[in-house]
Amino acid sequence: MEIILSILLIFMIIGAIYALFAKDLLSALISCGIVGYGLVICFLLLRAPDLAIVQVVVETITLIIMVAVVLDSTREDLKERIMIREKESSYINTKYVFNVLTVLVLALFFLFFFNQAIDKLEPFGTHTTRMAEAYIENGARVTGSANLVTGVVFDFRGYDTLGEATILFTAVVGILAILRLRGKT
Amino acid sequence: MKGMSIIVKKVSQLIAGIIFLYGIYIVLHGHLTPGGGFAGGAILAGAFILIVLAFGTDIIHLKHDEERASLFEGLGLLAFILLAILGFIIGIKVFFNNYLPKGQLGELVSAGLIPLYNIAVGIEVCAALFTIFLALVIYKEEISK
Repeated sequence: MEIILSILLIFMIIGAIYALFAKDLLSALISCGIVGYGLVICFLLLRAPDLAIVQVVVETITLIIMVAVVLDSTREDLKERIMIREKESSYINTKYVFNVLTVLVLALFFLFFFNQAIDKLEPFGTHTTRMAEAYIENGARVTGSANLVTGVVFDFRGYDTLGEATILFTAVVGILAILRLRGKT
Repeated sequence: MKGMSIIVKKVSQLIAGIIFLYGIYIVLHGHLTPGGGFAGGAILAGAFILIVLAFGTDIIHLKHDEERASLFEGLGLLAFILLAILGFIIGIKVFFNNYLPKGQLGELVSAGLIPLYNIAVGIEVCAALFTIFLALVIYKEEISK
């Protein structure tokens, strides 16, 4: 399973990188969709169907809205920016070298500490926190819910769910306050 | 906002009801099968968005829909908080106390308050996503006018 997950993750990284460099904004959006739907398959492989359902629906809705926005505005990247880039091409080379060097140094740095930390971890698939055992053993008995995720989300972690619902509410309030042409008279 | 072609209209007529039923199923069976309030609410919002995109309405109807959707959003969140606060009044003095009887594990009517929480969150998420979509559509209509 880890091999399939790795292949999926590599596909998602390729899609994200292509989305950055695509000239056409619509194809950039479609390659963003690779990331989202690849994440759905990852969730399904990791046995999290609750998350997979939410991810597939929200990904579809956001993709529809973003495609509508792109089809309404300009599809192509603006030509002027490309012209400016060509004019300043002598600067860009040194910038690229510096950026790539920084990324490589940081990657090596993190790889070193990741390698040190990974020895302390449990094998893949086992949980390390002590709280999880109590949830898994007593969850169904205490909450009476057959689906453990809902039991944890709405009973043990009720405050978290209240916070999530409030976040969504605040987002809608912000959008309704900003998205208008003139103030209310 | 204009509607789409007759093929899209017919297909969305056939499918939207099934999507709506599936969303209700996901919300109501949240404590038994994978899913719950958030997933089911998003599916319900998808059914509404499909109808609006396929058929298209004028801006007055859209504004009316937006008012009702934001009303239901507030009511959903309010119901969620009220259900949680009722634990203060009825049972032990604990926020988010599951004070209803638990029932048989695996039955549809079981797990005390959790199905009610699911329904409240489902209404809230559905109305919130639909309100965001309607706000974007209304903004576009106002700009193009």
